[in-house]
This record gives sequence, C-alpha cells and structure tokens, in this order.
Amino acid sequence: MQEKLEKVLAEAKEQLKEAGTLEETEAIRVRVLGKKGQLTQILRGMGKLSREEKKEMGMAANKAKAQFEEMLRERVKQVREKTREARFREEKIDVTEPGVQVTIGVEHPITQVINEIVGIFRSMGYSVYESPEVDTVFNTFDGLNSPEFHPARDMSDTFYIGKDIVLRPHTSSGEVRAEKELPLPYKIVIPGRCFRCDTPDATHSPTFHQVEMMVIGEDITMADLKGSLDQMAKQLFGPETRTKFRPHHFPFTEPSAEMDVSCFKCGGKGCNVCKGSGWIEILGCGMTHPHVHRVGGIDTEKYTGFAVGMGVERIAMLKYGIDDIRLLYENDMRFINQFK
Amino acid sequence: MIVSVNWLKDYVDIDVPVKEFCDRMIMSGSNIETCTEIGTGISGVKVGRIDKIEKHPDADKLVVCGINIGEDNLLQVVTGAGNIFEGAFVPVAVHGSVIPGPLHGQPKTEGGVKITRGKLRGVESDGMLCSAQELGFDDKVAPMFSKDGIWILPGNWDEQLGQDFAECLALEDSVVDFEITPNRPDCLSMLGMAREAAATFGKTVRYPDTECEKAGENAADYIRVSVRSELCKRYTARVIRDVKIGQSPWWMQKRLMAAGMRPINNMVDITNFVMLEYGQPLHAFDIRSLAGGEIIVDTAKEGEHFTTLDGTERTLHADNLMINDAEKPVAVAGVMGGLNSEIVEDTDTVVIESANFLGSSVRLTAKALGMRTEASGRYEKGIDPNLCSAAADRVCKLVEMLGCGRVLDGSVDVYPNPEKAPTVMARVSRINKVLGTDISREQMVSYFNGLEMKVEGEGDEMYITPPTVRQDLLEEVDYVEEVARMYGYDNLPMTLPDTSSAAPFPKDWDLRELARVTLCGMGANEIQTYSFSNDKVLDQCRIDQDSWERNFVRMINPMGEDTSALRTILTPGMLEVLGRNYARNIEAVRAYEIGNTFMKNLLEPDGLPDESCNLSIGCYGEKENFFTLKGIVCALLDKMGIGELTFVTESEYGLYHPGRCARIMTRDRNGDDTELGIMGELHPDVAENFGIGTRAYCAELFFDLILTLSDREVQYRHPPKYPATSRDMALIVDEDLEVGKIEAAVKEMEAGILEDIRLFDVYRGEQVGRGKKSVAFSLTYRNNDRTLTDEEADRAHAEVVEMLKERFHAVLRD
Repeated sequence: MQEKLEKVLAEAKEQLKEAGTLEETEAIRVRVLGKKGQLTQILRGMGKLSREEKKEMGMAANKAKAQFEEMLRERVKQVREKTREARFREEKIDVTEPGVQVTIGVEHPITQVINEIVGIFRSMGYSVYESPEVDTVFNTFDGLNSPEFHPARDMSDTFYIGKDIVLRPHTSSGEVRAEKELPLPYKIVIPGRCFRCDTPDATHSPTFHQVEMMVIGEDITMADLKGSLDQMAKQLFGPETRTKFRPHHFPFTEPSAEMDVSCFKCGGKGCNVCKGSGWIEILGCGMTHPHVHRVGGIDTEKYTGFAVGMGVERIAMLKYGIDDIRLLYENDMRFINQFK
Repeated sequence: MIVSVNWLKDYVDIDVPVKEFCDRMIMSGSNIETCTEIGTGISGVKVGRIDKIEKHPDADKLVVCGINIGEDNLLQVVTGAGNIFEGAFVPVAVHGSVIPGPLHGQPKTEGGVKITRGKLRGVESDGMLCSAQELGFDDKVAPMFSKDGIWILPGNWDEQLGQDFAECLALEDSVVDFEITPNRPDCLSMLGMAREAAATFGKTVRYPDTECEKAGENAADYIRVSVRSELCKRYTARVIRDVKIGQSPWWMQKRLMAAGMRPINNMVDITNFVMLEYGQPLHAFDIRSLAGGEIIVDTAKEGEHFTTLDGTERTLHADNLMINDAEKPVAVAGVMGGLNSEIVEDTDTVVIESANFLGSSVRLTAKALGMRTEASGRYEKGIDPNLCSAAADRVCKLVEMLGCGRVLDGSVDVYPNPEKAPTVMARVSRINKVLGTDISREQMVSYFNGLEMKVEGEGDEMYITPPTVRQDLLEEVDYVEEVARMYGYDNLPMTLPDTSSAAPFPKDWDLRELARVTLCGMGANEIQTYSFSNDKVLDQCRIDQDSWERNFVRMINPMGEDTSALRTILTPGMLEVLGRNYARNIEAVRAYEIGNTFMKNLLEPDGLPDESCNLSIGCYGEKENFFTLKGIVCALLDKMGIGELTFVTESEYGLYHPGRCARIMTRDRNGDDTELGIMGELHPDVAENFGIGTRAYCAELFFDLILTLSDREVQYRHPPKYPATSRDMALIVDEDLEVGKIEAAVKEMEAGILEDIRLFDVYRGEQVGRGKKSVAFSLTYRNNDRTLTDEEADRAHAEVVEMLKERFHAVLRD
C-alpha cells in the first residue's frame, strides 16, 4: 500500500514536471485526485483493512495527498507565471503609436476673456448683472448724463430701432437698470454685447463686447477705484503689471480717468505693442457722476461709487496679439482651435 | 487742439523740456495725441534775395536766377517756378545742403534730399530755390502767397542774406496735438492751453495786449447793430478803415503754419490768429456791402436763397439764424459769410464781427445746410460770450501792430444778458471723501487759484467762482475733479472697497458656462457671429414668408441691407460659418453658439423688443450624422437638468430635410408638452445656398427655456443591491412605426420590474421583407427588494412582447 502511494506520488511528480499548460496540470490533478483518480482508488481500497491498518494507511494517504497538492500548487504557479510571461511578450504594443483622438472643443476667445475678467471680479466678491442688448435711449444716454447733442447719440454712431430705442453702444446702459433694481450696496460687473455703426475693418466691428464694472457703497473712494483696477490688471496681465491713471472726461463719471497698464510684452521699455510708450490704454473709468446716482434714486450724499468700462476685443487682441478684429467674428476653426 | 510750444511760451513760461511738458500736461488732464518736431531736417539752406532773372536759353519754362546770398558774386540757380520776382527773399539750398523734401512731384524719402550742383538743360545751377513743402511743411499750410511755387518770405531780410535759413526764421518748434474732451471747449484756444499749462507748472498767464490808440472816430458812426433773436447771446462789432491787404509778417505766419493753418493775407490771418488765440470765431464784412450800415441778427425767411462764401447757393429755413443788413442776409450766423459781403482787393472799411451764437442753433443750421466749418464747430462746442469784446479788441490791436488799417474808437456791443460764472459751494471734507485723501483746504485753494478761480468762505465750505470761460464747472463734484487732477491721480492712494455685494451671483450665468463646457467636452468649438440678419438670409434658409422668424426688429439706420435687422434665430449665422469653413477645406466642423435673438414686440410696438437667448449647434464631416447630433443634444440637455425628452418627427420645416428633422420636446413644470427647439439634417438646397457641399446637421434650442426648466437638484438613490436580468427581443414591424412609439408604449406599461429599454439594432432587408424593419431591444428587469427569478423576468418580458404584438402588429423574430 505504502509502495503504491509512493509510486503514485513519484509518477505524479514526473508528470507535473512535464506539464506545460494549466490544462495539463488539471489533467494530472484529475488523474490523481479525481473520482476515479489513483489516490482516490487507493483510499477506496482501504475498506478491507483492519482498524489499525486503516488508521495507519489513512495517515499515510492523507500525507501523500497533501504532498501531491503541494507539488501541484507549486507547478500551477510556475505554469501560470510562464503563461503570463508568454502572453505579455505576445501582447507588447508600440506605445509611440498615436492615441485614439478625442476632440475637446474650445470656447471662443471673446468668451474666454470675459470669463477671465468676470472670474477675477468674482474672486473679489463681485456679482454679475446682465441687461438687455437693446435698451432705451434714456438708459443709454440721458440717465448717464450724456449731453443732448453728444455725438454718440448720432445715427452715424449708434443704431436706432425707434426714436427711443437703441442697440446699446456700451454696457453702461446696464448701470441705470442696476441702480433701479439692486439693493445697496453692491459690487457688480455687467458683461455683454454692444453695437456701434462701424464698418468692419482691422480695428472696428459693428458688434463688440464690453465688461462694465460698478460699485456703490457708503465710503467708496477714488482710491478704491485705483486699488481695485490695479489688482485686476495684475491678475489679468501678470503680477509685474503697473497701472497709470490719466485724467479724462466721460459724462457719467466725475472725476474720470483712463487707465494704462505697463506693456505686458516689453514690461514698459517700449516696443511695437505699446508703440514705444511702454504703456497701453486699457479702459475708461471714474467716480460715478451724482446725476447717474440720482436717476436711480440713490442718496448721493450717503453713497458714492465708481464705474469702469472695458473693451473685451481690445483686451483679447492685445493679450493674444491678434491684429485684425474681424478674425474674431469669422470663426475659422483653425483660428478658434488655437485658444485651447 | 494743435499747440506750438514756441507760441505757447508767448503767454506762459515753460522752463522744462518738451517731454516733461507733455508728461505733466497729460497727468493734469490735457491728454496728448501726438507731439512732433517741425522745422527740422534742414541744413545748409540760406536766406537769399533774387537779384536777377533771365530767360533760360534752351527752355521756355525755366529761368536763370542770380541770387544774392551775401557774397560778392551772385549764385546762379535755375528754376521752373512761376511765382518769383526780382527782389524776392527766398530759401536757397546751396550745393551740399540737405532739405527734408520731398522734391516737387516726387515721393518723400527717409533722411531728406541732398542738393548738389548740376546742369539744367545745359545751364549750370549752383543749388535750388525751395518751396515750403520741400522744406518739410505740409502743402495745406504753405502760405497762399507762395502756394505751388518758391517760398517767398514776407518782409525784408537784407540783414540776413546768406545766413542759415532755419535759424533766421526760427523754424524749429514742437507741435503738440492735445485731445480736447467735449467738456473743455475753453481749451480749444492758445489762452485756454496757457491757463492749463500755468496751473500745471505753477505759473501765471500773460494775456495779450488789446489796447489801441485813439482814432478820433467812432465805430458807432459807421455801423448799427440790432439783435432780434435769443439765438444770439452777444454781438460785438468794431470798425477798421484804410485797410491795406498784404502778406502778414513772418512771426504771425509761422504761428499759423505751426497750428496747421495756411497764411492767406493780413486781415484773414489776423482773424484766424485771434480765433486760435482766444477760441472766438471772427468774421469781417466789407462795409460797402452792408446796406444802410446796419447789422440785424435774425432768423431767416423759410425758403429764402443765399449764396455763401464758397459760392454755393443754399435754401434757408425759418430756424436758421442769419446776419442781415437793412435789405438782405449777408452771413449764416456762426457758420459762413456770404459771397455778397466778402472782403475784396479794394476793400477800404471792414466791420469785425465777434459774436456769440447759441451752440445748439448753430449745430442745427450747419447740419441742415450741410456745412460744418471751423467756426460752427467752435460754436457747437460752446464759447464764453464774455470773450467777444476781448477778441474784437485783440483783432484791432493786431491790425494796428501790423499797420494794415486804422482802428476806430469803441465798439458796438449788444449783450443783453451778460453771462456770469456760477459760484458753487464745495466742501473740503466731501472732496477728500470722494478721493480717499486728506488734502488741506489751503492746498485746495491754491489749486483753484492756480486755475484763476476765486475762493471765498471758510472752514469746510469753499465758495468757488471760476473764470467764465470754464463752462463745465456746475456742481461740487466738478471741483472734486479739479482737485484730483491738480493733486495728481498718481498721488491718490490705492485701497480696496470694504463693501460686500448684496447682489447674488446669477444662476443663469453659471448654467450658460456649464453648457459651454459640456459642449466643448463633446468636441464642439464655440463661435460668435454678428447679431444682424435680413430677409434674404431667411430666404436662403427656406424659412416660410409668414413664419415667426420673420418678425424682425429692424434698424432705422442700418449699415447695409444685409445687416438691416436683428437675428431672430442663430442658425443662419451658424450656416454662414459652416459654409465659410467648408470653403476653406476644413474637413469637419462641430460648433455651437450661445447668443441673444430679438423679436419685434407685437404687444407694445414702441416697447423694447423681446430678447431671448438661444443655442445653436452645427456640424458636418465624415463622422457626423443626425444621431451624433441627437446624442450631443441629449447629453447636453441631460447635463442641464432637463428630463423626459421626446423627439417628434417634423417634415414641414423648410430648413431641414423633410425626412430628417425633429422637434425637441419636454414637459414644463405643469407637465405640459413644451418645445425646446428643433434639429435636423440640412435641406440640400439650404446647404447649397450656404456653400456647404456635404451633409450638415444643425439644432437650435431656446436656451432661456432650458434655463427656466433646468432642475439640477440631485436626488440620491442607493445603487441597486440586487442583480438585474436582461432579455432581448427582435420585432418585425412596419417601416413607419417609430422606435420612439415602441419605447413609449413599453414605458407606459409601468411594469414594476422593467427598469430600462434600449434599442440595439435596426435591420432592413430581404429577410424581413419590403416595408418592414426589424428592431432589436434589450430590456432590463430588476426587483429592488430581492433577486429576480428567471421565471419572473420571463413572465414580465412575455407581457411586453404580447402587448407590442397586439398594439403594433409586431412579429417576434427568431
């Protein structure tokens, strides 16, 4: 009996050595431990033995079984590893071949610039206020203290759809609406599309975008205006950016200013972008004229505020070095794709 | 406003370099467009006198001149100019000299032109006589006397013969072009700019001399003035006798040329000079043409004809203010004089008009008559009526100085309501509050004094009276600006407001951005197109003539027919972009636009139009078809929080292929069907109209409606604990039966354990027969409380199949 066991084990050991696939090791397992397997047969034959012998043989058989299982496990592991290795060799790929193309679209550069500006002001606690692109002459001119004969009111400058209705030539039209609608105090930006009677050329477009910025509060000063815009400029054009405020005139602000930023291309030394001056004019701004606050029923003694208007296309063109505004409205995919 | 720095120095001391002058003027509020050097680039050119002119032996059009340049021998110069004469003083470019050029009839060259000795038609020429243009002056400022010829200097230059021309004439100057904002018409004058410069540099203005000697004869004996319209605020007239027309002296010509004006003759030059000096337009009449020695300022008779100085006959309107004599109109007030009262060669006595007309009236008249002049422009912008007498007096003084006439005593001055400057109270505390500064009263007062303003009162209150030329200072805030610019914007501190915004950030803004990001994620590029549209483009889109898309908002003053209305939908703009890209050989395009559309306000014709935001998507390319676009639309709307989409077949919308178009529907808050938009494959004619040579697909959605219906609140549910069982079925149905109907019918059953139904194949072909199709669905069944048995799934599935067989005569395919 013992011999038989040893013989079975020895045979199995030889066979396992030869086995190269998992199918073969499985066949060996069945041959030894299956229903009709060699070891199973031997154990079955134990019925005829005495209790003493049974006990002895049982132990021997169990030991042999354990030995076999150990050999089998070992071999299976080896075979599996070998198979894996072979598979890996076979499945090797050329990782330098191109990936499957996934196209991600691009937001229009105008949108990107608006979002960037709005994002900067949002981080400074401003909200967005939106107002219609077609608005009243009152909201567009009279409410903003524009003189009765201001050239901007001319039909050669502003599109009219009625005596009292225009396509807004600036987002400032939203200021009067905001004043009438929003509870004080507030800090808002009014981004949007504007229109002027300009025949398209490299620097003019009848459709363009502005972002208006407007703050009203009890202690808003011109120093706040300067500080807020300086911070915006540094975020928009880089931390090295310096700002310069020059006196100017707008009917709806007093005092009024134009803001220049140090040239972000040359840093202020003078180059073709800043036309040698080191500075680039970016926007118009000022302390909101009391007339404009009065239109909104705001107590001008208690409240002061400031307003800023900036041209989105101008900033986009400066930022990206675009030399023709019409490119922005042509929508050539090869143009848009560059603004990833 | 063009300012010669040398001229400005006549009124105010400027002791800093031009660059610094410019920088500081900018920072005190006088913005500068350009600053240019003039009179430069000339070297070796001498002052000469033409002593001899002889005919050229071989050329009819040339002459040989003997030029005295202070040497023993005359210099021989050949010229073709026709305006020279013996005794004329001229610029002589001798051999080796350099002039800026360009030479007559030639293009300008960098670095100027070097003049060398040479032969003209066989005769030696030792240099060249120059025109003003050849010496670098613009053609439009070349003195009338020397126009189109050699520059002939006014006056006597015997002492300077042979000396350096540029130096003798003091040609070098800096010319600054100031950008004058509409609130500061007072700065459209040399004295206005002198006041600004004086305030900026802490100097005082030297005002010009206006006192004339006594003549012993009174202007009032020659002329009577009556003003019959309130459109004329003031009319001042002075009279000059024994007028002698000639060239004005070089110092005056030089100033005019630097300011961009052509010297014409002494009388014209004086009026122009004073206009530039004071900003007050002036006019001169020949007294012989003033019938009755009268000037009557009154509005015109409607339909009356009048010929202006430029020789054009004009038809007048009743609101045009005119200057008349006892019988007839002689000038359009503030715009242009009449041909009938022009100064002519033998004029002996002139009446100088220095008047103030209401700007708005001059503006309307100039516009109605279609003639904007220097004078009308100045009146429109606003002039201080107090300037009338000073400017008239200055004209007289210059006449006396130039010796070109005898100034009569006194003036006839009609000025019923003399203008006074309003005194405004401004508070030191308020100014500091607005600026965020701590400027002392003393400092502020010194700024105001520097600007020639009078300050009274004490403590916080300053009662300020400006000079009457400053018509822009009407309320306290105007003085805030005066302090700010004198203090220097640069010196204001930088702080941040400590106000927080009470306005909530709008949800719509973020949802629009979410839509953009989602669409970009699906490979679509954003486009931005013009907001304009027109009927023709809708014709090209095959939009019905009576369709709502034709409710255009039209402009009164469009730039052209193509841009005469505002867009009602975005798709035409999208199609133009697809067509443009197709024409540029771009293989595939997937794009979207989010933008406002406009519809005529039908309820209130005078009200604002209906403005609403739309979204368009468009694509073409090998991989695109109706269902790729539908996939994009569904994914976007799902992301936007729109549930329960249905696509309803549409075959009547002209823009699209009648068999490949769908209305996109959802349910509103009340559970009613509502249309979100439309999508489809372009009708081949439309594609052709827009130059798209391939199948293209578009969708247009009412984006505002999406924003309204958007519900993005997350309703969390635990992932199912028990496994699902799926069953497939393939049904043969009529070709016309829409998959959507089958799906809807299955969903309507509300079988408790049916979780999902999904189409996975559609087959058409011989095996299923003509007019039929096979549609294969996978159905998912699940019980959320326990594992489903096969029998339960089979039973539920059989019910579904049975229902479909019955309802749609579907046949189960093996």
